Amino acid sequence: MEHYHMNLTLKVWRQKNSKEQGKLETYQVKDISSEMSFLEMFDVLNEQLIVEGKEPIAFDHDCREGICGMCSMYINGQAHGPWQQNTTCQLHMRAFKDGDTITVEPWRSKAFPVLKDLVVNRSAFDRIIQAGGYISVNTGNAVDANAIPIDKKDADDAFMAAACIGCGACVATCKNGSAMLFVGAKVSQLALLPQGGPERESRVLNMVAQMDKEGFGNCTNTYACEAECPKGISVSNIARLNSEYLKAGLTTETK
Amino acid sequence: MALDAKIPHGEMDKKWTDYKGHVKLVNPANKRKLEVIVVGTGLAGASAAASLGELGYKVKAFCFQDSPRRAHSIAAQGGINAAKNYQNDGDSVFRLFYDTVKGGDYRAREANVHRLAEVSTAIIDQCVAQGVPFAREYGGLLSNRSFGGTQVQRTFYAAGQTGQQLLLGAYSALERQVALGNVKMYTRHEMLDVVKIDDKARGIIARDLVSGELESHFGHAVLLCSGGYGNVFYLSTNAMGSNVTAAWKAHKKGAFFGNPCFTQIHPTCIPVSGDHQSKLTLMSESLRNDGRIWVPLKKGDNRNPKDIPENERDYYLERRYPAFGNLVPRDVASRAAKERCDEGYGVGTTKMAVYLDYKDAIIRYGKIEAGKAGNDNISHEEIVALGKKVVEEKYGNLFEMYEKITGENPYETPMRIYPAVHYTMGGLWVDYELQTTVKGLYALGEANFSDHGANRLGASALMQGLADGYFVIPYTLGNYLADEIHTTSISTDHPAFAETKQAVTDRLNTLMNIKGTQTVESFHKRLGKIIWDKCGMARNEQGLKQAIEEVRALKKEFWSDVRIPGEVNAFNLELDKAGRVADLIELGELMCLDALNRNESCGGHFREESQTEDGEAKRDDENYAYVAAWENKGESSWELHKEALNFEIVKPTQRSYK
Repeated sequence: MEHYHMNLTLKVWRQKNSKEQGKLETYQVKDISSEMSFLEMFDVLNEQLIVEGKEPIAFDHDCREGICGMCSMYINGQAHGPWQQNTTCQLHMRAFKDGDTITVEPWRSKAFPVLKDLVVNRSAFDRIIQAGGYISVNTGNAVDANAIPIDKKDADDAFMAAACIGCGACVATCKNGSAMLFVGAKVSQLALLPQGGPERESRVLNMVAQMDKEGFGNCTNTYACEAECPKGISVSNIARLNSEYLKAGLTTETK
Repeated sequence: MALDAKIPHGEMDKKWTDYKGHVKLVNPANKRKLEVIVVGTGLAGASAAASLGELGYKVKAFCFQDSPRRAHSIAAQGGINAAKNYQNDGDSVFRLFYDTVKGGDYRAREANVHRLAEVSTAIIDQCVAQGVPFAREYGGLLSNRSFGGTQVQRTFYAAGQTGQQLLLGAYSALERQVALGNVKMYTRHEMLDVVKIDDKARGIIARDLVSGELESHFGHAVLLCSGGYGNVFYLSTNAMGSNVTAAWKAHKKGAFFGNPCFTQIHPTCIPVSGDHQSKLTLMSESLRNDGRIWVPLKKGDNRNPKDIPENERDYYLERRYPAFGNLVPRDVASRAAKERCDEGYGVGTTKMAVYLDYKDAIIRYGKIEAGKAGNDNISHEEIVALGKKVVEEKYGNLFEMYEKITGENPYETPMRIYPAVHYTMGGLWVDYELQTTVKGLYALGEANFSDHGANRLGASALMQGLADGYFVIPYTLGNYLADEIHTTSISTDHPAFAETKQAVTDRLNTLMNIKGTQTVESFHKRLGKIIWDKCGMARNEQGLKQAIEEVRALKKEFWSDVRIPGEVNAFNLELDKAGRVADLIELGELMCLDALNRNESCGGHFREESQTEDGEAKRDDENYAYVAAWENKGESSWELHKEALNFEIVKPTQRSYK
């Protein structure tokens, strides 16, 4: 891999807190190595700002290996930036070239209010899980793990759905701010497994009700969510969500 | 103060059953009146908070991330051990117990390890019941794989995302309890001190990281599930936010710190590429199942690895350890890599890397697939294509991650790997009940020192975190709380809360008012370099003494010249980080002190003065078969207490994997 260095212009959203208005500020960074990760480039910028006596840019991040789902930047109009199936923390600077201008904004969605700069509040996702994203089994109640054989394909499909990292890129990308991919992934995982059977109907109804209450928009089948999902969660999970919802609505008595 | 580990009497395999049969219980009506604080929501914290909520306790759980689902347990890749013996290959509770004690180089407490092995099977049952999608065979039953330090297949896994799936299982159980009103969740909150009243832990001071405000929370007991302190090295596989603060505050309030120098250097990580690097990325140990590790036979061989013929490669693990080969324990594999690189056989631009090669595995799997299809006459290219598919199914996400970071395709070119800091076996000293030396204050998971001795075997961290949370603390906590049913909730107006809160406020203000010239990050980097160079993979007396001096000087400089922008009562990531780095600096000094005291090599702790003729770690059981539990006595001052380790079952011998 050829290494190179670059100078960049960054336009970054700055916002003091959830109440005040924000705006894009322009910064210059120099001598950025193509081997750096995007967040390491932000580390360089922040160190520079602190030395200049300015406040560094607040952004969410933690594991920096693409699995915790905490990082969340909207880079040049794309959630998690230009690479496919990738999180911001795994985006590397070889995706850019010398002289580029990069615009970085927070997730934009009514249900994800900005807390500061690039940091948003995604607690709506936790509340959707609270509404039914689980199997009600207290510790100690379980039967032997191999007492429930599961078709390998169902198990694999459930795993693919369960790979969701809850980052919110689907919502940020969707023109309607819909959370259907996130909800569909969890509903699918548990609907595909026999353990999820007993609560199958109440789960989908309650999770969708909570999703609506949080102010997420509807799905109009543009599939941008799938295209931008860092974990490649398939929109077939939305189809399954719809079918689960319909079946539950037709067969369930008022809950 | 004499250390009492409270190990139950009786035979090893009856201790836990016997303990559970006689432990004090709390009736359901009383549980409703008892409040429990859980700090951290990784595998240990989430499983503990959920299980205690299910039992009916009033639980408050805290995490510094924006959601409990993001705790760093999520990044664990390879798997979780359990003595299920589903593979009929001779596994048993005894063997898991034995392997763990041996793997830990005889520096773990036998009774705890036995209990861990006993409850391991129930963990898998519980996780499957929650809908954790473990890998399965075509018959619909669970699949297993091998891991380092064992000769049976007892590791359950979900591709390379086992930690994620287990954590999401525990998280969903936790959120269910939140929905039921049994657990109150505080996200973006960080514990900044323990509140003690009459020598018992009675609550915490936490900072709301969004508003910057300090809050007081009462609890009849406090559980620290705050993970390990690998970030003392700056570069590690830990998440950026992982820190020692909760455990360190507890330490300063009287909780002894056990074996702080026992840190695990994981052999298979992506090598450092430059000064800008903020963290290191692990490539799961499961890759050593099929991958072969080698360096060129010739020093400074700069050829493309593909052009180096078989007879000019040194598969040094297979050469040195024929019985375990590439699956030797982590400490052994790490040191062997360091030895080759130090001798000048390393590869890549920095020469601080070795190859992890999948060429043979791809061909082996390809031939098996061809054979399954009855296809004997296919070309080499077709075999390779079939083999790549199998490897992709097993390790696809890890290969992808490698490619994203390095820009190289590991299906075509061997991966370059080097050891990196990964896990800390040391932690708060706890007794058999997971209680620290402060009454009512418990430590679970990586935050305690208890089960892994001087080296942790792969796929055992997830096991321990969930064992502590799901199956140990629900029993042992009751034994303490049964005597607390007459304690009514103490108001946070109590002077002890006010005093502790004031002390926290003063410290934050002091930090903000230094207004120096250097950034928090720059101090953290310097700390990491000192600890890695002198208290890393190899340690010696002179280096450790120097390191202690350097860390003390760094601490002084930090407290006189750190620059923290922003405001104290607001969202302030630099202030959060400054508090953590200040605590890591103090811990760094204690680590070096502990490493200096332990003049033997064991597991991940390698004292150059103590090695065998062929360079293996040489233990000194006569003088060091104890847990070093350090009591804080004020600034840069500690007193050593020893818990003698008595091995009833697994008699210590020189570990051999040859």
